[in-house]
Amino acid sequence: MIAHAIFFYIFSIIAVISAIMVTASKNTVHSVFFLILDFISISCLFIMIGAEFLGMIMLIVYVGAVAVLFLFVVMMLNVAQQKNQWFQSKSSSRHIPIGLIISTIIFFELIIVVGGWKYKPDLVNSTNLSFTSDLTNTHSLGKILYTDYIHIFQISGMILLISMIGAIVLTYRQREGVKKQSYLKQISRERSEGVDVLDIPSNKGVKIDE
Amino acid sequence: MSEIGLGHYLTLSAVIFSIGVIGIFLNRKNIIVILMSIELILLAVNINLVSFSIYLNDLSGQVFTLFILTVAAAEAAIGLAIIVVYYRNSGTIRVEEIDKLKG
Repeated sequence: MIAHAIFFYIFSIIAVISAIMVTASKNTVHSVFFLILDFISISCLFIMIGAEFLGMIMLIVYVGAVAVLFLFVVMMLNVAQQKNQWFQSKSSSRHIPIGLIISTIIFFELIIVVGGWKYKPDLVNSTNLSFTSDLTNTHSLGKILYTDYIHIFQISGMILLISMIGAIVLTYRQREGVKKQSYLKQISRERSEGVDVLDIPSNKGVKIDE
Repeated sequence: MSEIGLGHYLTLSAVIFSIGVIGIFLNRKNIIVILMSIELILLAVNINLVSFSIYLNDLSGQVFTLFILTVAAAEAAIGLAIIVVYYRNSGTIRVEEIDKLKG
């Protein structure tokens, strides 16, 4: 149990520090790297408390796809040189106190919710953070994901498809001066447009382009 | 202190959520960092759902975490596409200079 506590504190401290660095670091590329570190430590926490499938999926989806997408966009837009200017510009500094106040209020509200929930009288008393099942986490997740939640699963697939189509439509750009194949024009072409049968008199020849 | 219960995980998630909100409010650099703060907030929600799911021995929380993961990935893709299009049209993604809607 003490090892569990030590690991929890290590991973959560790394997660919190890297979350602070995501918002505070001067370079956008460094922010993306700290975001990756944050996701990795949180997925270690997930694996530690027994949600192995979600931990691995978070590694694959976030670190493998989303963070690489962020890095790619940062690289493409050339914003890495734009330095962070929190406290220099005048117009931004008036947002800082209200932002700090609101986020501190949110933090203390969440803490109060945790505390009040903990002292609820008829609380389910199970402090052990582990499943008492002989099935693995992935097996039991798959058992309910494909039966009880099949419609939501299909809808999430539709969401991914729509987001893919949306991203392609948004970033698609028609370029000028690029020769392209037009399938419709090819298919709808008829013999009468393309072929011209001429009656050529002998010994005269014919001009092809008139 | 050595007994890690549900409260520890909920506190961690509250801290990360608040850091995400601070990041949205205080960011003056570019919109990409705001998108990353939104990812942090969704991550905090995921921590909450997973820890409650483990604690109450109910798998629904993990299933919904999976769906939140899907929606977060879709949101990141669409948001980054919008940012790329905006940068192509106006040449900047600094938060202070995006004032076309006069908000």
